[in-house]
Amino acid sequence: MFAAEEAVANPWIYDNVWLIPALPAASFVLILFFGKRLPYKGAEIGITALLAAFGLALIATFTWIGDIQGLEESEGEEHALVTDGGTQTVVLTAEAGEEHGPARGAPVVNEVEWFGIGTGANQVTLGSDGVEAVDGAEGEEAAEPSSGFNISIGTLVDGQSVMLLFVVTFISLLVHVYSTDYVNGDRRYTHYFAFLSLFTASMLFMVLASSTLQMIVGWELVGVCSFVLIGHWWEEKPNSDAALKAFLTNRVGDVGLLIGVTILYFAAGRSFSFVTINEMAVSGEISQNTLTIAAVCLMAAVMSKSGQFILHTWLPDAMAGPTPVSALIHAATMVVAGVYMIGRLYPVFYEGFSIAGSSINLMAFIGGLTTVGGGALAFVQRDIKKVLAYSTVSQLGYMVMALGVGAYTAGLFHLFTHAFFKACLFLGAGSVSHACHHSFDMKADMGGLRKYMPKTFWTFVIGSAALAGIPPLAGFWSKDEILVGTGAFPGTGGNGTYTIPLIFGLITAAMTAAYMTRTIYLTFFGEYRGHGHPHESGPRITTPLIILAFMAVVVGFLNMPSGFVDFLRLPSGWAHLFEDWVEPAGIASFVGVENGFTHAKPSLLLAILATGLAVGAGVVVWRYYERLYAKDPKATDYVDGPVANNELVAAGHRVLVEKYYLDHLYTDVIAGGIKGPVARAANWFNQNVLDGVVHAAARSSVGLGRFVYRFVDQGLVDGTVNASGRTASESGQFLRRVQTGQVREYATLMFGAAAVLAAVFIFAF
Amino acid sequence: MQSFLDSWGISAMVFIPLVGVAIMMLLPEKEEELHKTIALLASVGAGIFGVLLLANFDYDRSGELQFAVDRRWIDVINARYTIGLDGMSLPLVALTLLVVPLVIVYSWNHIPEPGNAKAFLMLTLVLHTGMLGTFVAGDLVLFFVFFEVVLLPMYFMIGVWGGEQRLYAAIKFFLYTLFGSALMLVSFLALYWSTGSATFNIVELAEQVAARDISLRTQVLIFGGMFMGFGIKVPMFPFHTWLPDAHTEAPTQGSVILAAVLLKLGTYGFIRIAIPILPEAAVEWAPYIGLLAVIGIIYGALGCLAQTDMKRLIAFSSVAHMGYVMLGIATLTDFGINAAIFGMVAHGLITGMLFFLAGSVKERYHTLEIRRLGGLLVQAPRMGWILGITTMASLGLPGLAGFWGEFPAILASYDPAPQLNESLFRVYMVIAAIGTVLAAAYLLWLLQRTAFGTPSEEFADDPHIHDTVFTEWVAWVPMLIPIVVLGFVPSLIFDVTNDSASLIGDVVQALGR
Amino acid sequence: MFLNQFLFLAAALFCIGIYGVLARRNGVLVLMSIELILNSVNINLVAFGAFHGHIGGQVFALFVIAVAAAEVGVGLAIVLLIYRNRRSIDVAEANLLKG
Repeated sequence: MFAAEEAVANPWIYDNVWLIPALPAASFVLILFFGKRLPYKGAEIGITALLAAFGLALIATFTWIGDIQGLEESEGEEHALVTDGGTQTVVLTAEAGEEHGPARGAPVVNEVEWFGIGTGANQVTLGSDGVEAVDGAEGEEAAEPSSGFNISIGTLVDGQSVMLLFVVTFISLLVHVYSTDYVNGDRRYTHYFAFLSLFTASMLFMVLASSTLQMIVGWELVGVCSFVLIGHWWEEKPNSDAALKAFLTNRVGDVGLLIGVTILYFAAGRSFSFVTINEMAVSGEISQNTLTIAAVCLMAAVMSKSGQFILHTWLPDAMAGPTPVSALIHAATMVVAGVYMIGRLYPVFYEGFSIAGSSINLMAFIGGLTTVGGGALAFVQRDIKKVLAYSTVSQLGYMVMALGVGAYTAGLFHLFTHAFFKACLFLGAGSVSHACHHSFDMKADMGGLRKYMPKTFWTFVIGSAALAGIPPLAGFWSKDEILVGTGAFPGTGGNGTYTIPLIFGLITAAMTAAYMTRTIYLTFFGEYRGHGHPHESGPRITTPLIILAFMAVVVGFLNMPSGFVDFLRLPSGWAHLFEDWVEPAGIASFVGVENGFTHAKPSLLLAILATGLAVGAGVVVWRYYERLYAKDPKATDYVDGPVANNELVAAGHRVLVEKYYLDHLYTDVIAGGIKGPVARAANWFNQNVLDGVVHAAARSSVGLGRFVYRFVDQGLVDGTVNASGRTASESGQFLRRVQTGQVREYATLMFGAAAVLAAVFIFAF
Repeated sequence: MQSFLDSWGISAMVFIPLVGVAIMMLLPEKEEELHKTIALLASVGAGIFGVLLLANFDYDRSGELQFAVDRRWIDVINARYTIGLDGMSLPLVALTLLVVPLVIVYSWNHIPEPGNAKAFLMLTLVLHTGMLGTFVAGDLVLFFVFFEVVLLPMYFMIGVWGGEQRLYAAIKFFLYTLFGSALMLVSFLALYWSTGSATFNIVELAEQVAARDISLRTQVLIFGGMFMGFGIKVPMFPFHTWLPDAHTEAPTQGSVILAAVLLKLGTYGFIRIAIPILPEAAVEWAPYIGLLAVIGIIYGALGCLAQTDMKRLIAFSSVAHMGYVMLGIATLTDFGINAAIFGMVAHGLITGMLFFLAGSVKERYHTLEIRRLGGLLVQAPRMGWILGITTMASLGLPGLAGFWGEFPAILASYDPAPQLNESLFRVYMVIAAIGTVLAAAYLLWLLQRTAFGTPSEEFADDPHIHDTVFTEWVAWVPMLIPIVVLGFVPSLIFDVTNDSASLIGDVVQALGR
Repeated sequence: MFLNQFLFLAAALFCIGIYGVLARRNGVLVLMSIELILNSVNINLVAFGAFHGHIGGQVFALFVIAVAAAEVGVGLAIVLLIYRNRRSIDVAEANLLKG
């Protein structure tokens, strides 16, 4: 089927990739209107649509890979065998190389006009003074034709979007299947599936966006789906509070997004297009200052969406939603939207933060801070999902840090691997809680579960090991690449010497292993502390777990360093596949080597160091709990441990438990302040000052009116009128006496009058 | 047909509701069903003419006045009966034609206390004529007459069918607006005399002002009078205090019309009259208008956060939303004015819808105190969902109509007209963007408190609380559909308004620095 | 022929009629007095007609007789109704027109 359609200029899938978000969108509408009447309450529509979308995403993936292979083997004679995670093996021909020409590997953009505004007449004189720093580059616009401009909607297919298409559809499909069991019998089962579909559609829409404006639309739509799904059980106030918090925190970041997109729009000569913006950023047509300001603004959006310090607080609270939602939205897909955006606009960030040749920048610093700060918080959680949530925060920090130090591919590769093992862990946590009567409290209701639910246990362990970066699982490869990418370790090269991020990264490697060991121990070892009899979950839950665990094992091999491949004597084409597939369109087409963008060289020593740290930390925690359980298999804490005895440790512990007091700051000080005193003051101002002025004006005019009324109106004008009225009335009073009702008197008067008239006639004439 | 539309189409559309009023006047009061039917027919009749006009409108020439009629009216002062339809007025006429029939449908079983459907619907129809007339008038005197025709029915609507404080609210509304109108009229007369051209025609006046050498000082003063007239109607901070009271006390239908259409008369006045005639003065005023707009955005949002009454909260949100519209206008660019017109339509649909919902909540719970509400999604799930969608639209979610009024306004203020201070407007942009956070805060808070959670004990078993009824569906669905459709296809409005907005942008552009 | 005799007779009848209308309290007598007044007018009309040799006076007299008959009919009906309601035909008691 491929060969036939590759005859056209673009493979069929590139022109019709819009179908991938359209399918779940249609599913959303169908479920909403017809879901309740169907035998499976709408779940079947969602799963069917996702299956189809996943199929299309696979086609897109393999078409893309085929294109890249065709580019590399420009002879186009060989057949490339691509094995993807063992789930599917497709042999595809890459013979149509010439037809794509040099465009191969570059983003494929398909756009249609969305709407047009303005004639663009403003551009003519704009920026001619060029004084202000921000619009330094706007003088360029003078060259633009003033014929008006259109805003387009379309799709952009490149390595990065194809990668996310695959991840989103794949995990969403598994989560759909998992959910049919997990939320079975829920009060809003149908709505749940409808919004899973809508979320998937919005996320795919965002992933395929060809312009920043379109990205905003997708960005906000995933936010609102997240809002709805976090608040899925909105009857309980904590859930709706968490949903509100998520939405509002994201809105704070969105301020940065709106402003950043606006700045880039004008800086790039009135264009929302990613391609245009990136090209202009790299070519220097947009000034460094503008890029820096735009990058800082966009960073705010990244911080809120991808849970970076200090806007991360919504993410742990978002665990109030159903667990599959946490797995899909708040671990694997939506929260990486920020990372994805950095990747999409990487030239902007790369130039704006001067990533090349530097030793620290805002992005790397925030990422580093998040990765350590989030990891530390994971230690003090009782709730298994909160541990994973903070772990997600920490890993997202890793990704942002990677992008901040210039390790573009490493950051996206970590996004890719993390999606699988974190989804695996979340779904595993859901399975555990399914067994433990919907509790997530590790200390109170879990323990010793490995005997009862072996499948969940083993998949959870694999996921944890992958997360902790134990070789040869997926996390190891991506994490190692990030550490190498900092360029601070001797002999690695890279884009700069980011020593602090390297140290942060190593600390986190150790911490991740430690808290995951703690989680596994508290959950699966010791003795069961909850009620009833836990049991293994059904096949619709365990199958996705096994698939994800399998992916967590194998996806790391997609980006092995060439040294390792040589060591194993594998074909050299197997090295850094992911880099080849994703990178060309992502950044290499914009940032060439001449701009200083380089890849770091892998270091065996660093890999051993990081692994050693992780294993060592894991072993320490393991020993800690082993000794604890040796004393009492039901215990969860040492009664007289360091927290109880050492004041410094206790203080640190308290800071962690209070989440660095950030929630107090936001909820009580900022939100409470605005909602309380500030809003009340504004309202007071409105009611008393503004309305006071109005009332004073009204009162004084009423007073004036009263004066005028009493003296002028009543005294003078009315006096005259009243006098005439009174005269009339009194004469009437007099005359009415004539009216006696006696006919004879009337007759008398009449004859009298007639006599008088007769006399007058007679004597006067 | 075409020639009939050309010469009579707009007049027919504007005055058909008055024909309805005349017929209703002859019928006895107790024939309520008949009155409702006639009112509906009259408003739909106007709608049919509107649709015919829309269908025959030449969208390629949307910058020009079409179906224009120019006839003798009051010779003594050279006021003429000049009407026409262009890309700027068309969306607002369409909005009016949509909203009023829906209000009448909603009235089918929601005539507010103390009843008397006849009088109520007659007032609605008079309002209809007044609003349509304002949007199509091309002559200042005619505009003024229609502008004022709107005032009295609304006064009675609030004063007779309103809530507890209705008299206070009605008088406040009336006096405030009349005060503005008076200054506006003075400005109109000043224009008439100062140009010496003896015309009230808007287009001719604009040409005259451009051709004659009227001092900037005079222009600024004249603009000031119009600013008061239109700014109070919008309403702009600090002239907004009539709005919360009027909205809170007005019956549901009154609130809907007030929010959906009446407020737009002010903003429409700016872009139809004030700026095209006096572009130089507009440039002088723009920074202050922008300032008041962004103050309104933040201030309105803060006001919302302090409210305890659902309807009052929605009313305050109008102050904030109209702030975005005014910010778009203040940029004096084609982009900003496009955004403003879109914002007007979007706000009309969304806030109108919110007031409908508030009315229905009040009808069921007999209170709008947010503290006592809750669990709407449990007791009336469909209504709760509609409330959810509408609040999302109101807070500017992309994919729904609200976004396209908000974001382009923010975008436009990054790059205002060349005569304006860029840095200042960029500060405005940041403040406006922060306003979106506050908007989300109060709207979601409202949603959480009213729709989420479980019903309070007070209402838990109340049999009066039922889900959406038929007339509500009929009245609401036609508003919800454009909210969603415009969210994905903003070109439906932008394509129409673009030419007209560009004309204004070009006029300002042509002034030079 | 002398006109004076007729005029005197008519004046006398007229005065008797006026007296009747003004002085009598009985409603029927008041009506009869009105008849006297009208007939005095008739005498005048016929007398002047004959005096001028003109038929118009007699024509008008016939008209007056017809109108008087109608008038008496209505008047008697009123008196009858007053009697029914009040058991009296005393015009002094009938003061419904009092303002």
